[in-house]
Amino acid sequence: MSALSLRDIRKSFGDNQILKGVSLDAAPNEFIALVGPSGCGKSTLLRILAGLESADSGEIRIGDRDIAQLPAADRNIAMVFQSYALYPHLTAAQNIAVPLVMRKLTRSQRLPLIGSVMPGQRKAVAEIKREVKEMAVSLKIDHLMDRKPGQISGGQRQRVALGRAMVRRPSIFLMDEPLSNLDANLRVHARGEIVELHRRAGVPTLYVTHDQAEALSMADRVAVMIAGDLLQLAPPQVIYDDPQHIEVARFIGQPRINLVASQVEADGTVALGDARCGLSDRTVEPRAPVTVGIRPEFVGVTRHGDTGLPARIERLEFLGSEIIVYARLDAIGDTMIAKISPAEGAGLVSGMPVRLQVAAEHLFVFAADGQRMPSFPLTTGAVREAVHG
Amino acid sequence: MNNQSISLARIIRLSVLSVGALAFLAPYIFMISTAGKAQSDIFTSSLSLIPQQWFYLQNFAKALSRVSMGRLLFNGIVVCGLILAIQVTIAIPCAYAMAKLKFRGAQAMIVLVMLGLLVPIHATALPLYVAFDRMSALNSFFALVAPFSISVFGIFLFLQFFRAMPDDLIHAARLDGMSEIGIIGRVIVPNAWPAITAFAIFSVVAHWNDLYWPLIVVSNQAYATPPLGLLYFRAAEAGDDYGALMAATLIITLPLVLAFLFAQKRFVEGITMTGLKG
Amino acid sequence: MADMAAVPQTIALPAPRSAPLAAEARSAWLLSLPAIVLVFLFILLPVVAVIGLGFTDFELGYAGFKFVGLDNYIELFTDRTFRQSLWNTAVYTAIVTPISILMALGLAMLIEAENIGRSFFRTAYFLPVASLLVAMATVWQYLFHPTIGPINAMLALAGIPGPNWLGSAGTVLYSLSIIGIWQSVGFNLVLFLAGLTAIPRELYAAAEVDGARAAYDRFRLVTWPMLGPTTLFVTTISIISSVKVFETVKTLTEGGPNKASEVLLFTIYKEGFVYLRVGYASAMTVIFLAILIVLMFLQYRLQDRQVHYT
Repeated sequence: MSALSLRDIRKSFGDNQILKGVSLDAAPNEFIALVGPSGCGKSTLLRILAGLESADSGEIRIGDRDIAQLPAADRNIAMVFQSYALYPHLTAAQNIAVPLVMRKLTRSQRLPLIGSVMPGQRKAVAEIKREVKEMAVSLKIDHLMDRKPGQISGGQRQRVALGRAMVRRPSIFLMDEPLSNLDANLRVHARGEIVELHRRAGVPTLYVTHDQAEALSMADRVAVMIAGDLLQLAPPQVIYDDPQHIEVARFIGQPRINLVASQVEADGTVALGDARCGLSDRTVEPRAPVTVGIRPEFVGVTRHGDTGLPARIERLEFLGSEIIVYARLDAIGDTMIAKISPAEGAGLVSGMPVRLQVAAEHLFVFAADGQRMPSFPLTTGAVREAVHG
Repeated sequence: MNNQSISLARIIRLSVLSVGALAFLAPYIFMISTAGKAQSDIFTSSLSLIPQQWFYLQNFAKALSRVSMGRLLFNGIVVCGLILAIQVTIAIPCAYAMAKLKFRGAQAMIVLVMLGLLVPIHATALPLYVAFDRMSALNSFFALVAPFSISVFGIFLFLQFFRAMPDDLIHAARLDGMSEIGIIGRVIVPNAWPAITAFAIFSVVAHWNDLYWPLIVVSNQAYATPPLGLLYFRAAEAGDDYGALMAATLIITLPLVLAFLFAQKRFVEGITMTGLKG
Repeated sequence: MADMAAVPQTIALPAPRSAPLAAEARSAWLLSLPAIVLVFLFILLPVVAVIGLGFTDFELGYAGFKFVGLDNYIELFTDRTFRQSLWNTAVYTAIVTPISILMALGLAMLIEAENIGRSFFRTAYFLPVASLLVAMATVWQYLFHPTIGPINAMLALAGIPGPNWLGSAGTVLYSLSIIGIWQSVGFNLVLFLAGLTAIPRELYAAAEVDGARAAYDRFRLVTWPMLGPTTLFVTTISIISSVKVFETVKTLTEGGPNKASEVLLFTIYKEGFVYLRVGYASAMTVIFLAILIVLMFLQYRLQDRQVHYT
C-alpha cells in the first residue's frame, strides 16, 4: 500500500499550465526527491500537497483518505520552507511549539492572559514544553532555545525549522529546497543529517530541489519534472544510467550528456562514429530523425589512429581527478564533451586534432518526441578498452 | 466548497471599503457640487448634489475677483520652487561629504542632523520672527524662504541614499580625474534621482500646505501663499457665501490634487517620508 | 579650487600619507560648510534663543527686556488658557491617534486582502493627505454647518437634531477630531500597506501548515507581530502630528468658542504673534519642544528593544 498517492494533479494559472497531470506514489518511509529546473512546477506540486494552493483537478490520498479538499491546517502535513519561514518575533522554542500550540490548545486556552486560567491549559502547556525540549535535544539545538531567529546562524535556523516540522509527528514531510540558503560546506553536511532525520521519523518525505547532486545523493527515488510533466520516477542509479526521456538525460549528469542529432539508417540502425546500435522496435522508419546521447565519461580521446570521430580540442578543464575535454567535431561542428583521467589526457592541448571514441553499449537513442528508444549495441566497446589499456 | 463563504467575505469587504471611500471622498463631492450652487440653492437643498441653477461661472468669477488667485498660485510656486532648489543645492554636497568623505566632523554632523530632525518650524518661529522684524525683512519672499533653506531631513534622506551607493563608483570617478564637485554633478546626482524626486514631492507638499510660517511673516496680500490667501478670502467673505468659498477652495486645492492623481506612486512615496521627519 | 588640485597631488607624492587625507577632509568641510552655517543660523541658534527668551519678559514693540528667571514658567502653571490648551491638545490626540491608527490598520488589511480596486481605494483614502488642509477645512466647515450643512440635513432626515458642530463648546473638539482623523488615516494606511506587503508570504504559508486555521490565528501569529515596528512608527508619527494641530483650529475656530478648542500651537501663536509677548510664548515653545523630545525618546527606546526582530 502506498502511504501517499497523487493522481493526475493538474493546475494552470490562466493559460499557463503549471502541472499537466502529475501522478506519484510514495511508500511508507520513502524519501523522494522532486528535481527539475526552476519553473517546472515542483514547488507548486508541493504547495498543492500541503494545501496552500488548490489543484484544478486530481486526487491526493494519504493512506486511504482523500485530503484534496481539506484545509492545510487539517492535513497533518509538515513543511520546511526554503526561507525557513521562522516567526522572527518568537524564540526558537516558541517557533517549534507553534504547531503543538495550534493543535493541542483550544482557542480560549490560547488567549493572552485569559488563556492561562482556562481549565487544562497548564497541563497541556507543560506537555508541549516537554515535547519541544525533546525535539531540541534530538536536533542538538537545546542551547539555542531562548534565542530569536535573527540571533542564530543559517544552519541553526534550518534545524529550528526542521524541529518545527517534526515536532508534531506529521504523516507526510515536505521540504522545499531547505538547503539552498546554506553555504556549500554546510549543505553537504546537512544532506546526511536530513536523510538521518527522515530515517528516524519514518514517514514519506517529498524533497524539492533543483540541485541534482542533492537529489541523487539523498533520495530513495528521484522524480524528474520538466515543464509540468513528471518524466521519470526511479532510483538515482536508474535515472542516471537509464533515462527514459531526453530531458531527463539532459538535466541529470554533470558535465552534461552529449546529444547529437542523427537519423535512423536504411538498415534500421543508429550510429555515432564507429559506434552502432540496433533498435528493438523494428517498425521505425528509415531516415526518422533521432537524437543520440552519450555521457562524457564514455567518450575516449585519442591523438592517433583512424577510428573514431575526427575533432579538434577547443578547451581543456583540469579538475584534479579528471579532465574535461571540449572538442568540436570536424564533420558537423557540434561540441562534444569527454571526461577522461589525467593519465589519458596527458599531452593534450587546445587546438589539437584528435579522434573521439564512443562506446556503443552506452549510447542512448531518443525519438523526435524525446522518448527513449530501446536499443542494443552492435559494435563493442573494444576500441575504448584498448585506449584505456 | 467554500466558494460561497469566500464571495460573502468579499462582498462584506468590498462594501466596507466602498462606504469608507465614499465617506472620505464626500468632502470633495460636496465641494464640487456646492461650488456650482446659487446662494438660495445652498440654503434650501443642501443634500441634492446637482445644482438647480448652474452657478459655476458666477461663483468662480466671484472667487477670482475677491482674491487674486493667479497671484496666490504664482507665490506658491515661487516660494516652493525657491525652497526646493536651495534645499537640494545645500543638502546634496553636505550629505555626500558625510557619506563618502573621511573627515573629523562627520560624526558630530550626524548628531547635528538628528537633533535638527526634532525641531519643527513652530519651535524656532519666535526668534526668527524677532530677527526678521529687526531686519525689516517681514513681508518678503526672503522671509518666506530663508528658514527652510536648510532641510536637515533632506540631508538625512540623501545621506541614507548615498551610503548605499558603492564606494567603488566614487573611486573610479576619482581615478578618471574628476574633482569632488565633478563627482557630485556627474556621478552622484544622476544616480540619486529617485531620492531627489521623493524629496522634491515631500518638500513641495509640505511648504505648499504650510500655514504657520506664512501666517506669521506675511501680512500683505502681495506675498500670500495659497493657504494664507484662502484665509484672507474667508475673512473677506464675512457671510455664508459658500458657493464662492467652495469655488475658491476648489481652485486652490486643484493643482496639488491633480499632480497627485497624475503621479500617485511617487506622491505616496514622497509624502510618507514626512513620517521619517516626524 | 583646492579639491581639484588635490587629485594630481595624490598620485605624484606617495610619501606623506596624510596629504590626500587632509585634502579629502578639506573638501568635505567645504562641501558641508553652507549646511553647517545654515543649521546654526536657522535651527541651533533659534532654539538656544527660544530657551533664553523663555527666561525674559521680552515683548515685541518694547525696547528693553529683563531676565525674570522662572517667572514665565510659574505663570504658565497658573495660566488657565494654557492649561486648557494642553488639556485640549491631549484630548484631541487621545481621540485622533487611536482611531486613525485602528481605522488605517483595518482598511489596510481589507485592501491587502482584496485584489480589485486596490489603487482606487488607496487613492481615495490618501487624497486628504495630498490636499490643502486649510481649503479642506473650509469644506468641512460647510459640511458641519448647523443649519445648511449636509451632515445635519442628513441627521434631520433620520429625525435626529444635529448639534452645532463647530459652534458649541461641547462638540467643537470632537468635530476637529473628525477632520483630523479624516486627514491622517490615508497616511497611516499607506504605511501599514507597505508594512503588510513586506511580510514574507511564506510566513502565512507556514502558519497555515502549522495549524493556524482561522484568519484571527494568522493575524495573531504573523500579521500583528510582523507589523510591530510599523505600528510603533505610525503611532509616534500620529501622536506628534496630533500635538502639532494648528491649521484647522486657526481656520475654523480661532480657539473658540470659549477656548474650547485652544490647542498648544494656537496658544503659542496667539501669545507670540498676536499679543507679541515673545518671552512668555517662548516658555510655551520650550514645553512644546520638550513634549516632542520625550515622544521621540520613547520611540527610540521602544524601537531599541526590537533590534533583533529580523
